[in-house]
Amino acid sequence: MNSIFLAQTAPEEPNPLGFNLPEFILVLIIFGLLFLLIRKYVVPAFEKSFAERRDAIEGGIERAELAQAEAARLLEQYNAQLAEARAEAAQIREGARAEAQRIVEDLRSQAQEESARIVARGAEQLAAQRSQVVRELRGEIGILAVELSEKIVGQQLADDANVRSTVDAFLADIERQSTAGASGGSGSTAGSGA
Amino acid sequence: MSEPARILANQGFHAPGPVDFFLPDFTGKSWNQSGYDTLLTKASVLLVFGAVLAYLFLAFTSRRGAVVPTKGQYLGEQAYSFVRNGIGQDIIGPKYMKYVPLLVSIFFFVVINNLFGIVPVLAFSPFSRVSFAYGLALLVWIIYNGVGIMDKGLLGYLKHATVPAGVPVAILPLLIPLEFLSNILVRPVTLSLRLFANMFAGHLLLILFSTGGAYLLIHATGSPVLKPAGVLAFALGVAIGFLEVVVALLQAYVFTLLTAQYISGALASDH
Repeated sequence: MNSIFLAQTAPEEPNPLGFNLPEFILVLIIFGLLFLLIRKYVVPAFEKSFAERRDAIEGGIERAELAQAEAARLLEQYNAQLAEARAEAAQIREGARAEAQRIVEDLRSQAQEESARIVARGAEQLAAQRSQVVRELRGEIGILAVELSEKIVGQQLADDANVRSTVDAFLADIERQSTAGASGGSGSTAGSGA
Repeated sequence: MSEPARILANQGFHAPGPVDFFLPDFTGKSWNQSGYDTLLTKASVLLVFGAVLAYLFLAFTSRRGAVVPTKGQYLGEQAYSFVRNGIGQDIIGPKYMKYVPLLVSIFFFVVINNLFGIVPVLAFSPFSRVSFAYGLALLVWIIYNGVGIMDKGLLGYLKHATVPAGVPVAILPLLIPLEFLSNILVRPVTLSLRLFANMFAGHLLLILFSTGGAYLLIHATGSPVLKPAGVLAFALGVAIGFLEVVVALLQAYVFTLLTAQYISGALASDH
């Protein structure tokens, strides 16, 4: 069987492991050129785009972190301002309340003063009027009494010194009675006014 | 001897083999007229085209460098980041950035060349030519040893690479040659052969299923099962094609990953 198969192919079968110098040199040259080109152009180009991509991604992350920090800073600042504003508002409110209190207090004392002043002036006027009335009455009572007596007695008594002293004594008696009768405040004012 | 085998053998089916990877060059010479030293072949053209495509893809997707990427830029960035972070940063550690251009070049150069194997018109993986894989593995070997020597000095690096830490002195005479063999000598061989063998085997399978399927459908006569077998062969060929996409990506990843691991090992402070 073998002899028949080999009959066709056996005579000068070459050795597939045989060394071929031109091919050996060719592959060295071709591979060498390919290696130089790849080292000079391909690898740097790929590495450059990888580095750019890495930069783009890392730069993006960095920018995002910066923005986040900025946002946090602004939030803190805003919160601080808010707290400050709240404190200020409370302070202002407190101040306003105190001011209102003070104003009310002022007004009250002013009003009390005023009312006291008005009452005092009233009392003064009243006293003045009273003394004036008493003074007037004292003059008129004499005259009225004399007129009354004249009418009752039917004689002229007006210029009589005797009559006048009787009237004075009568009045002094009345006065004494009134001071003795009202020994309180009204009596003293009446007494000081007389 | 089975019946189909006799049919195939007798009617001139060309069984695919290593000779299918020795493409004729553009001057018309084939491998047995110019030894193994053909250069002007489809394999070489595809290798150069693969490098150009790898560069154009990366250059166009990295050119704009916008912060918000377009779809194309996003695709390029994802692929670039996959090598830069998933291989460079994870394996080499803090000093990885210096080696990213190398790892990116290796990954895209190998993955695009590998994918050529299942692109309909191109239909050939340059790395199924072992000399291309030798060249790339040699470069990796020079680089990781160079990195180690620059980091630790020649003797320091040799000691780092061949003397395991915490091993009794008595065993060292046995271990040092073994470590030297596995860390210095074998690595470029396994690195190149792994890539080559995967591409070679995958392509061989694709040739086998497609030419075999065609032969069974068109030329083979003598049995009613031959044509259904041809259809099955084509279906399997398509499945293998999908598998090859995975293998193309995986082998580029493994090659780049191992490069990063060798560099990382050369830089490591302990063994």
